[in-house]
Amino acid sequence: MVNILVKLSKYVITLLMAFYTFKCFSVFRHNSDKAKNRIYKEQNAIMYIIHFIAYLIIFIKSENINVILLYGAELAFFIMIIALYQGLYPKCSRLLVNNMCMLIASGMIIITRISFDKAIKQFIIVAVSSALTIAIPILMKKVRSLRNIYWFYGVIGIILLGVVAAFGASTYGANLSIDLGFISIQPSEFVKLLFVFFVASMFNKSTSFKQIVITTIFAALHVLILVLSTDLGGALIFFVTYLMMLYIASGKAYYIFAGFLAGSGAAVVAYNLFSHVKKRVVAFLDPFKVINTSGWQICQSLFAIGTGGWFGMGLYNGIPGTIPVGDKDLVFSAISEELGVLFSICIILVCLSCFIMMMNIATMCNALFYRLIGVGLGTMYIFQVFMTIGGGVKFIPLTGVTLPLVSYGGSSMLSTLIQFAIVQGLYILRNDEVTYYEQEAEAED
Amino acid sequence: MNRKQKPKTKKSIEEKGIVRVTYIFLGLFVCLIGYIVYFMVCKSEDTINNSYNKRLDSFADYVVRGDIKTSDGKVLAHTEVDNSGNETRVYPYDNVYAHVVGYASKGKTGLELQGNFYMLNSNDNIFVQTYNDITGQKSQGDNVVTTLDSTLQQVAYDALGSNNGAVVVMEPDTGKILAMVSKPDYNPNTLASDWDAIISDTTNSCLVNRATQGLYPPGSTFKILTALEYMREHPDYANFTYDCDGTLFIDEYKIDCYNGNAHGSVDFATAFAKSCNGAFATMGTMLNAGSFNKLCSDMLFNVDLPVSFEHNKSSFSFNNGAGTFETMQTAIGQGKTQITPLHNAIIASIIANDGVLMKPYLIDHIENCNGVNVKTFKQSEYGKIISENEANELTTLMRGVVTEGTGQILSYGDYEAAGKTGTAQYDSSENDHSLFTGFAPASDPKIVVSVVVEGEGSDGTKGVAVAKAIFDAYFSR
Repeated sequence: MVNILVKLSKYVITLLMAFYTFKCFSVFRHNSDKAKNRIYKEQNAIMYIIHFIAYLIIFIKSENINVILLYGAELAFFIMIIALYQGLYPKCSRLLVNNMCMLIASGMIIITRISFDKAIKQFIIVAVSSALTIAIPILMKKVRSLRNIYWFYGVIGIILLGVVAAFGASTYGANLSIDLGFISIQPSEFVKLLFVFFVASMFNKSTSFKQIVITTIFAALHVLILVLSTDLGGALIFFVTYLMMLYIASGKAYYIFAGFLAGSGAAVVAYNLFSHVKKRVVAFLDPFKVINTSGWQICQSLFAIGTGGWFGMGLYNGIPGTIPVGDKDLVFSAISEELGVLFSICIILVCLSCFIMMMNIATMCNALFYRLIGVGLGTMYIFQVFMTIGGGVKFIPLTGVTLPLVSYGGSSMLSTLIQFAIVQGLYILRNDEVTYYEQEAEAED
Repeated sequence: MNRKQKPKTKKSIEEKGIVRVTYIFLGLFVCLIGYIVYFMVCKSEDTINNSYNKRLDSFADYVVRGDIKTSDGKVLAHTEVDNSGNETRVYPYDNVYAHVVGYASKGKTGLELQGNFYMLNSNDNIFVQTYNDITGQKSQGDNVVTTLDSTLQQVAYDALGSNNGAVVVMEPDTGKILAMVSKPDYNPNTLASDWDAIISDTTNSCLVNRATQGLYPPGSTFKILTALEYMREHPDYANFTYDCDGTLFIDEYKIDCYNGNAHGSVDFATAFAKSCNGAFATMGTMLNAGSFNKLCSDMLFNVDLPVSFEHNKSSFSFNNGAGTFETMQTAIGQGKTQITPLHNAIIASIIANDGVLMKPYLIDHIENCNGVNVKTFKQSEYGKIISENEANELTTLMRGVVTEGTGQILSYGDYEAAGKTGTAQYDSSENDHSLFTGFAPASDPKIVVSVVVEGEGSDGTKGVAVAKAIFDAYFSR
């Protein structure tokens, strides 16, 4: 009987998730706020049902009474965060808030299923981070000098990355974190944000050739340090984000092509220079040949996704615990195994919906600085999603980055929540400023 | 006017750029999702059917492992469930199918490995499955129906007798493998209790499937390739003559013909039919190493064979700098060349099928427990390896082996066999392996037979004799 319930639940969850995803895109067809708000409410309802069904199954299967407490706490959190955003910021993007909650909920479900203890930690991180970040839009309104302290962003970023590269503990072969004893921090997660602010403020000041050269040198320095500390995924994310921001700021497409060529050249050099790069490529080309060594991760990931099938094995019917870093870098595979590939594809579409919204917000901003921040954070977010999922399904080599909001991990969660809060701030502030275009136009008259 | 337009242009350029960037990433994700769908539809079954995938074992909690059957419906492996739900895997033919069927305890091999996913998956009536699910009963897994022919397998098994070696029988025009025997063998029914003895016996290594993994010197069967290369490089090959007095000396090196037989004056076809080592060693010295290597890699040496079961790569290496002796040895199939019996069957199959290789395969289709076909494995062409003309020429040469050469015992059958025999030295002793690869009928080949009999080359005919038993059985029905 329990088994039939589990089997039934996976179809229901997939169906509900498909509905939710559909609404992410159908909402753009409506113009009236009333119609939009109705859709947002429906999305919330669907999320609560999915969340409930999943935790019901987890409770029945694990027979752990504490699961009910965790469920209650999570439910209260979701209700509160949705209400707070609406109350504090009536002008905020509710689609982003909904998607943020949906992604967090999906992550919480799979993390609870893999390890209850980790789920508790993750929930505390989510709650604390949300409390910390909810004031960000207000702060953005008050602090107007953010665009003038470019050297602060750049120098702090380089120092943080440098410290990690020099002293960092090694996580799965990559020097990523600093262990402070009670907590281990991955500074690169936060340097990502500093980096976007650095580039945006530099280009906000000027897009002269000289300024572009200086900024590029600094950006390259970031990337280089990340490559040296073997964080290839991080390096690539910085690189792509910079190219996109450069393109928008300069309006010149050839920068993208030049950057792409330079990047390809650098990739070839890195492949020949670093054994860890070579290993990843070998594991990508034929993982089953090296299944006992470097191909292990990707093979387990493919087994999980393939065996799970379109609708998944059902919660507790798979063995996601055997996927290496199945709650972090390969969380997508763990979700696919038990909740199904269709559910996972919906997750991808929800991420895309966030991205489209972020880019949409970027176009709405009047100030170049905000616009660049929007583009930077948007591309950074979606490229990270692409890297982790593409790596997990062997579309591209595995690089070991997390799926934002879904993966287990404090630094990643906090930095992504900051990112989302900043984008909300941009959305709220979009019309607040006199544009520099008008000033410029006046000057020319 | 100016005042209103200018700001619009600059802003709209940026907006266009942002939209473009958005589309770039959307395109990237269309590719990614497309790849995921492609993976699920086309690749996931092959991927997850891996002995490293522990998830399949959990399927066994809900499904009783299905059967393995021959094409004529004989059950080769079956899971018996007793009243208290204990499952035992039973192999009704004991040792006869040991390697090709493999085993499912102590790890998985053979068809038990290759068909693992299907046998642990149930395509039974969905209502029955739901009923089983609710009542907590196991569903019956699907059956793997092989291409194996029970008569030919038994004949091949008996013909090999107490000798070590291997036999592969296949259809050249479809790629179906009809029989696959390897000896020494083991009894899969008692594998668990025999395990320690089997593992500690390192001289026999009876778990190895010699048909697909045994690497043997090809001996004179390799002359098929030497002959083909010579034909390609010397269009006037029909004028080739060689005067054989039983031993060839070039420089200080010496090549003997089998048992020192003097073949007298031979032309190209006779040299092939009588398997004259002197003639072929001479041809060998006239060959271009580069194109010979190319021919052998086209013929699948040094690469994985196009089959979806475990096997070893055959090896061939021949450099321009090779010494005279190595050149002569390579030309007559000694030297460093190594081949599996399956690969020898593939070479004969290419010739028999007008130069086209059909991929050899073992699983014909999957049926559910009620016998309804749920998935058919289609025959597929690997490619055209040699020209039709070359295939015909080689067929004529191989037919000559039967009519006037070393394979004459096959001429007693009325099935017009063609083939090539071989005796391969594998150490300095007189114990040679006896090989055969060939097909019948020469005019319209129905089956290919490849045989290796270990250490039985003293009269050079054991391999042909095994092949004869199989041809006789096949063409007597």
